[in-house]
Amino acid sequence: MRRFELILPESVDDCVRALAQRGPETKLLAGGTDLLPQLKNGLLKPARVIDLSGVARLRAIEPADGQGLRIGSAVTARTLELDNIVRARYLSLAESGALVGSVQVRNLATLGGNLCNAAPSADMAPPLLALDAEAVITGPKGERRVPIAAFFTGVRHTVLAPDELLVELVVPTPAPHSGGNYLRHTPRRELDIAVVGVASQLTLANGVCTKARIALAAVAPVPVRATAAEQSLEGQPVTPDRIARAADLALEVARPISDQRGSAEFRRHLVRVLTRRTLITALARASA
Amino acid sequence: MAKLVLNCTVNGEPAEVLVQPWDTLLDALRERMGLTGPKEGCGTGDCGACTVHLDGKPIASCLLLAMQARGHVVLTIEGLGRPGALHPLQDAFVRHGVPQCGFCIPGVLMAAAALLTENPHPTEEEIRYGIAGSLCRCTGYTKMLAAITETAGAAAGRRS
Repeated sequence: MRRFELILPESVDDCVRALAQRGPETKLLAGGTDLLPQLKNGLLKPARVIDLSGVARLRAIEPADGQGLRIGSAVTARTLELDNIVRARYLSLAESGALVGSVQVRNLATLGGNLCNAAPSADMAPPLLALDAEAVITGPKGERRVPIAAFFTGVRHTVLAPDELLVELVVPTPAPHSGGNYLRHTPRRELDIAVVGVASQLTLANGVCTKARIALAAVAPVPVRATAAEQSLEGQPVTPDRIARAADLALEVARPISDQRGSAEFRRHLVRVLTRRTLITALARASA
Repeated sequence: MAKLVLNCTVNGEPAEVLVQPWDTLLDALRERMGLTGPKEGCGTGDCGACTVHLDGKPIASCLLLAMQARGHVVLTIEGLGRPGALHPLQDAFVRHGVPQCGFCIPGVLMAAAALLTENPHPTEEEIRYGIAGSLCRCTGYTKMLAAITETAGAAAGRRS
């Protein structure tokens, strides 16, 4: 591996200071499952690497002020998969964590890494979009909050400035009678990347859908919400016909490319299938 | 560039070694500590040959910088069992004749040991997914499944 200086901060403040002082050519290291291969093959050649593994706050899962949960950016995919509170409140997020890599990778790979790499196929992005999560970002000018829907700016680009750090995600607690689901299509279950991923989240009150969220991965430069499909479901009971219509409407925001994982046509087909399936499961969970 | 001092626990013993900032944990184990059980297959976390336990959890040691293991507990295949006192999984792998070329076996054993610790009564599907992060180019998966199933069953028998 190419040589670099390794910085080992023990607090968020240390980390922000190191980022500010060291300037460009510095990479943040969380789980390393994406960064290490890129350091090994020479795709990235940073002069300095800041290791986040010594910063306890980034690994914490704790109640947020008021309502919801703060999930640290260095929480691993495996923790999301197994954590009782995450499973109880945000099952779609736990499901996305369970699909990443293999268990050896999930024990390293982090929520923040999945988001900050900003791959269009990032598995944890659609559940967070469907859950109305907010990113807590800190830097030399202090802390700011960005809705996850505004976090991604392009393929491998986010709103993070070079001197900023993603600290945690704040995820609101869904209302009673809510349910969600994340599904993706991959040729094999383990160690693969989504051809398409879809998260759905529904809230019901007296049999009527009061809130619908549908988010798609790997069909546009950034993970996107299918707002027309969401609106078609809200304000009325969720029926099979309306689910089918929502699955059609979800296509409106899909601008898939053709690549080695699948053709644009196949991806459009998957958007309809996975939107329908996740809505059926979300409805069953919200009704339970 | 100055080397760094890595302090951690390896196979139950405190370890203090000098590492380069860019050394992976796998590099440190193999090159600085002489523990050559963990293997480098792909170097990208896809093959599982480098699997070790970090604080009891299976990880790809080729994807962790050595210094990220500071203060943590590392277990390699050398610490799973010892000659004359094999781990039940190692014993079953020997009796079933699981290893062919043997390159993947340390990683498979560490993945299987972690699986049985977390889930002592895995279904066949859970065993298959528990070792899905390990590639065996000899394709010896059937005997692995038999040996792991037998070990889990024997453990269940001892408890009942």
